[in-house]
Amino acid sequence: MVDNPVVRNPGEGARVKLDGLVRMFGHTRALDGFSISIEPGEFVALLGPSGCGKTTALRVLAGFESLDSGSVVVDGKDLSQVRAQKRDMGMVFQSYSLFPNMNALNNVAYGLRMRRQRPGPRKAKASQLLELVGLADQASKYPHQMSGGQQQRVALARALAVEPRVLLLDEPLSALDAKVRAELRDEIRALQTRLAITTVFVTHDQEEALSMADRVCVMSAGRNVQTATPVTLYERPATAFVAEFVGVSSRLPVERIGDEIVVFGERCAVRGAEQAISSGTLDALLRPEDVAIEVDPSAKEFVTHRNFLGASTRLIVQVGEISIRVDVRSDLAAELEPGTRVRPKVVSRDVLVAPRMNVSVADVSANGHPAHV
Amino acid sequence: MAPFAIYTILGLGVPTAAVIELAFRSNSGKVTLANVRTVTHGVYRLGFENSLLISVISSVIPGILGLVLAYAIYTSRGSLLKRVVAAASGVLANFGGINLTFMFIATLGTTGVLTAWMSVVGLNPWNHGFNLYSFYGVAVVYLYFQIPLMVLVITPALGGLRPAWREAAENLGASSFRYWRTVGLPVLLPSMLGGMLLLFGSAFAAYATAETLTAGTVTLTPIQIGDVLNGNLISGEQNVGYALGFGMLIVLAVVMVLYILVRRRASRWLR
Repeated sequence: MVDNPVVRNPGEGARVKLDGLVRMFGHTRALDGFSISIEPGEFVALLGPSGCGKTTALRVLAGFESLDSGSVVVDGKDLSQVRAQKRDMGMVFQSYSLFPNMNALNNVAYGLRMRRQRPGPRKAKASQLLELVGLADQASKYPHQMSGGQQQRVALARALAVEPRVLLLDEPLSALDAKVRAELRDEIRALQTRLAITTVFVTHDQEEALSMADRVCVMSAGRNVQTATPVTLYERPATAFVAEFVGVSSRLPVERIGDEIVVFGERCAVRGAEQAISSGTLDALLRPEDVAIEVDPSAKEFVTHRNFLGASTRLIVQVGEISIRVDVRSDLAAELEPGTRVRPKVVSRDVLVAPRMNVSVADVSANGHPAHV
Repeated sequence: MAPFAIYTILGLGVPTAAVIELAFRSNSGKVTLANVRTVTHGVYRLGFENSLLISVISSVIPGILGLVLAYAIYTSRGSLLKRVVAAASGVLANFGGINLTFMFIATLGTTGVLTAWMSVVGLNPWNHGFNLYSFYGVAVVYLYFQIPLMVLVITPALGGLRPAWREAAENLGASSFRYWRTVGLPVLLPSMLGGMLLLFGSAFAAYATAETLTAGTVTLTPIQIGDVLNGNLISGEQNVGYALGFGMLIVLAVVMVLYILVRRRASRWLR
């Protein structure tokens, strides 16, 4: 993508407020009082598992779904009853949304045509937008003649052509292969930053959400579970659901001694949501990078699987009847073959905790291992 | 593949070749252009003109009505309705000939049930210029199997219209009308034309319905072929019948080529 003055830098994206959204599909509550406030120019990702309501929330914002209750407010104006055509939002769909009977140029110019802009200026602007997304040479190509990545770039240019107040991205990268996805991810983020356009991005891919968004809203069962910066979300998840959904973590029942817990026989400080820390019995939620291992033939713990990930290698270590994931540098992983006895230890300064799940405290021995180890 | 090729050669290739060859032979077996010349003049030319006209009428009108019906059913929420209409269309599209003729005579004939009912309210269609046994009567009867045929042909194309196109258009400010004018109909047009060409071919080649309904009083090429081949009305002109058949083959070949061309474009857009 190149610098291009065609889309004015608004400097002041729209402020979006979704308040108490409820949307029923039959007896199913797709949105159950969902609320979020988005600052002007902010890039917010809606992240959650399938069926959590993230796409419904985006479609409500776009005007494609009606509301059972709640409100959609953009720059102080309630748009809840405004039709999609009048909301002034640009949307990029999951895939295959380009009009097949139009070439790339006419696809990009479509919104301007609907706004009755004259052919000359609208084609000139569409050309500049294609240049903006690096597809100036593809203007005459039809969608079926372009790759998936190129089609999504054209879709992005088409959404930006109308200079929308809010840009909506509905899993725009999910149908692309990994390499193109990574490239386009960076390009979208760079473009959004430069244009300072308020952007709402729906994804089920946590890596995408964490790497692109200013803030990530984790959704579950139609509700906003936690909205925070990626770092906060990863390091201070509000609930066990967030901790386990964002990033990788292994749940390990532990014993509590005062304000500390015992993990692998050592006392550690805890971190986590207030209600989690104050609950009686706890599980440790160990990130792969929280744990280090050293080879110890006398240890009870042992490596069961080894997955090469490039710079690092992920080991699955059996701790009693529980498997935990540990990341080590790949050059150090060569000797850690499955079956190797290892001793794990916590290397982070504190350990994320969550209320105990389905394991009674009696099952945990004093050294923090499950009693049946 | 081989069985299909054998079937096609025996069932289509050999008869076609025979029709073409005999169209250029005299009754004595000599090569001649006289048969072809004959069928391009007079009553035979009129037969072609009527056949083309009735085919156009009974492809364009059912084409549009079939599209509207298919769209209404496609966008309805009742899955039972969709299944019933799909099954009914499959049956009705193949319902023709004597059965269909009798059904229409019993319904819209001079003493038909519907005619009688309409007479009660003073709307007897026969008193207002309608004649079931005329050229336009044949066209009305053709609607009966042409509309379901169009529904069968166009429904898969409607399924190819992606909801995301409509939403993208709305998102960019298009009204429903402008979406259909700029995206929906242009995308459907090749499939629609393809369907209409299929209807055209179906109407152009139909024989039994027109013959039994009008007893041959309407001048249509398939009826003329029947007359010259069975020799009841015209004897000794079998090879003129082959020349008429040859003319029909040319028309249908053109239709098939057009059909293939528009289908190719439709499949590119709707895959």
